Amino acid sequence: MPSLGADMETGTLVEWLVKPGDFVKRGDIVAVVETQKGAIEIEVYQPGQIVQFLVDLHSKVPVGTPLALIRTEGEAKAAAPPPLAAAAAPMPAPPVIPQPAAAVMPPPARPPVPLPAAAGVAARKAASPAARRLAEERGIDLSAIAGSGPGGAITSTDVERHLAAAAPPAEAKRPLGLDLAAMRVAIAAAMARSKRDIPHYYLQHQIDVTPCEHWLAARNATLPPDGRLLIGALALKAVAVAIARFPAFNGFYRDNKFEPSAAVHVGVAIAIRGGGLTAPALHDADKLSLDDLMSGMRDLVQRTRAGRMRSSEMTDPTITVSSLGERGVEALYGIIYPPQVAIVGFGKVVTRPWVVDGAIEPRSVVTITLAGDHRVTDGHAGALFLAEIGKLLQEPEKL
Amino acid sequence: MSEADIRKVVQEELNNIAPEIDIATVDPAADLRETIDIDSMDFLNLVTALHHRTGLEIPEIDYPKLATLSGMVAYLEAKLKSAKTA
Repeated sequence: MPSLGADMETGTLVEWLVKPGDFVKRGDIVAVVETQKGAIEIEVYQPGQIVQFLVDLHSKVPVGTPLALIRTEGEAKAAAPPPLAAAAAPMPAPPVIPQPAAAVMPPPARPPVPLPAAAGVAARKAASPAARRLAEERGIDLSAIAGSGPGGAITSTDVERHLAAAAPPAEAKRPLGLDLAAMRVAIAAAMARSKRDIPHYYLQHQIDVTPCEHWLAARNATLPPDGRLLIGALALKAVAVAIARFPAFNGFYRDNKFEPSAAVHVGVAIAIRGGGLTAPALHDADKLSLDDLMSGMRDLVQRTRAGRMRSSEMTDPTITVSSLGERGVEALYGIIYPPQVAIVGFGKVVTRPWVVDGAIEPRSVVTITLAGDHRVTDGHAGALFLAEIGKLLQEPEKL
Repeated sequence: MSEADIRKVVQEELNNIAPEIDIATVDPAADLRETIDIDSMDFLNLVTALHHRTGLEIPEIDYPKLATLSGMVAYLEAKLKSAKTA
């Protein structure tokens, strides 16, 4: 059971996405774990073959408990039957129940009417993206629904009909895997720790983002909605690029010292409908093209709101960016998410009188803020960092 | 696609973003972003979905016309009509 945050003590295994005998490689998603922050997809760091599961589904175990045995390539060649990895288990291993493949399949579909789709390919059943999304949000097995769309595809109307028929309890309206009350407890713990341990300082800087707006309008005008960029993508990229010159804002403060990070994994603060907040990482944001960064953001927001975050995204943001959006306020003062050492905030874009070449003009202005950790940096460095972000946003075409 | 169809598509796609909202209770003349609390990412996803389902171009410059539920339905309906006659 990996630690998915400094405040996590236990996690509940809710789903295996592999079965014994499967080969896995680094980064594969192998299981889903329910935590205070919601359901998290667990990635594997050890390539090899799954030998057996060590934890039963729906059991709550402490952080550090081995979940499964993986035989690495070397061990496989040596054909050593009791895999060495077992040594990691601190406790006598619980009774081993090698799970047959069937155990990880969804419960058998109710009889009604599925089209002649072969059993077992339920997850591949034709369905519109909207239907798939709705089903996922409401936690419905698509194989239990009859499709009325072209070629028997399931439409969102079919899903709604199914929902109405099943008369789900009101509780089911909440996205699958998100426990907002538990999330609140986790937020409170992390923020209290931050306020207790981190001597914050705060800076703000107003910049003219009219060049960004013009550039975006011209670029987006010729593109279908899928290809359009939001100003938030420019903001995120500018922070990620600026940080290369200011590495003291990127990394972790642990064991009384700062460990800078070579990689730039920007935590994107995402509000959850109904209250709740989380900031999973967009990995290597400095290296992504704007298009890739935008689709990464869309994917992250969509999965987060559907309660499907991944373990690495939860644990490795090296700095956080928070933006309250166009209906928010002009400036926000963030609280650093430990063990990070900085959080950058973007207020909403407002039209303000601005002096350009000696004359007053209406311009689009945004306030960028920084909360920095005084154990690592001072306001002077913070000011230069914010100024650099502002400078980068004057030439969006170069981002 | 009739006006009723368009209304249904809009309602379905809004519900994909805000499942807990009962569209029947949304004031058709109120600003959607405020009434159902959607952000620019939600709105872009909504426009993307409407584009895919209706096949209509919805340029960014027209976003202000999609600010309310009734505005959105009227806009799509007018676009569909002109697409048919074109």
